[in-house]
Amino acid sequence: MAGIIGYGAYIPCYRIKAEEIARVWNDDAESIKKGLNIREKSVPGIDEDAATIAVEAARNAVKHAGIAATDLGAIYVGSESHPYVVKPTATIVSQAVGAGNNLTAADLEFACKAGTAGIQMLMGMTESGMIKYGMAIGADTSQGRPGDALEYTASAGGAAFIIGKEKSEQIAEILATASFTSDTPDFWRREGASFPSHGGRFTGEPAYFKHITSAANLLFEKTGFKPSDFSHAVFHQPNGKFPLVVAKQLGFSEEQVRTGLLTPFIGNTYSGASLLGLAAVLDKARPGEKIFVTSFGSGAGSDSFAIEVAEGIEGKRGRISSIDGMINGSKIYVDYSVYLRNRNSIKKS
Amino acid sequence: MEKASASSWRRMEERYNLLANECKNCGAVYFPQRIVCRKCGRHTKMESRKLSGNGTVYSYTRTHSPADAFEEESPYLIGVIELDEGPRVEGHIVENGKEVTIGTKVRPVFRRMYADGEEGLIHYHFKFAPV
Ligand SMILES: [Zn+2]
Repeated sequence: MAGIIGYGAYIPCYRIKAEEIARVWNDDAESIKKGLNIREKSVPGIDEDAATIAVEAARNAVKHAGIAATDLGAIYVGSESHPYVVKPTATIVSQAVGAGNNLTAADLEFACKAGTAGIQMLMGMTESGMIKYGMAIGADTSQGRPGDALEYTASAGGAAFIIGKEKSEQIAEILATASFTSDTPDFWRREGASFPSHGGRFTGEPAYFKHITSAANLLFEKTGFKPSDFSHAVFHQPNGKFPLVVAKQLGFSEEQVRTGLLTPFIGNTYSGASLLGLAAVLDKARPGEKIFVTSFGSGAGSDSFAIEVAEGIEGKRGRISSIDGMINGSKIYVDYSVYLRNRNSIKKS
Repeated sequence: MEKASASSWRRMEERYNLLANECKNCGAVYFPQRIVCRKCGRHTKMESRKLSGNGTVYSYTRTHSPADAFEEESPYLIGVIELDEGPRVEGHIVENGKEVTIGTKVRPVFRRMYADGEEGLIHYHFKFAPV
């Protein structure tokens, strides 16, 4: 089966604390922090966007994989904040990683799950022998309308995964995948609109929870695995609470979820969220351990994966900085006014 | 406009990946690229060479009165970086919470440089980050 040859991530160094956002809107910081299980979130620098985040993650992934970038036969970038509506982020990434010109590339959009959709596409392409390696990226600089509850969580970050079928090169094998998709009006953004809208009663139960549990149960049926077979479980994480609730519904323990739950410290990185969680788990996982991953994208759909860590992971450790280092390393805390300035990152000339 | 984006497109490998060239006759490395080696003249034997982007801060300054394109980023750091491969390169230094001073080790990062208004192209470029 196809597997992961290498991975890389990027989280901007700027942070804003939940208290600072609550101060501006006269919200009760303690109840928000507890309700959403969030302490702070990452904020892009004024010169950062989904393309720069994708490039940084992609460069790390190429370095971690130890492959020639020119051996990449496909690059897919999933985001809901592509800097251009027309002009693929994937073209900027392929140039910046030195992939050359002999490859296929495209941008994907499926709210927060476009990155995992890219991984599934590459599984098919590598297993069929159509390409040797492919890279799928999830990266976002998501925005919540000022004053909206989403403002506490919408953050910036991304991760890149290089997929290939040569077992001796894999750091983890993807044993199986299953997806569940429906037309659900929980969250959307129209062309030209600066901020997303959400459909009140359609968020939560009929969206996040229904799609994740449906995809997960399909995967369990297909593979015969049960939650206790996995050392780690990673879910899409729009806040710090939902992943813990859905894990419990499916029969996973809090312990299984802990390593891959990053939202309390960096916020919801949208297309980057489940992939960054998987990267954090791979940073620590040992050969033989199984990892369960399920993404969620509004609109809506979920992709579920059963992954088994391979021996090859040990030899590639330490080639790039860890997720832990990006979360707990050098940070710059910004106040609400700098946060507003950094969000309007398009400069005039 | 069309002319500007054509010249920017030709120099993309330089701006994204620090593509320099090296004179195989004497070993001198040039960034930006030169057609003729300063030392070798007509004996020049140029070949492309990608630089690591790793180096040290040779000098730097904090700009408070920026060019129009960077107005919203002001104040920001601009510096001369001595690259490990030899050439000195001028570039923006991004702030990441680590101290910047003369001799600080830096690595390359990929950032937005400027955009042609609200509807034009976005120009990406290497910058440097303290290690
Ligand atoms: Zn020479």
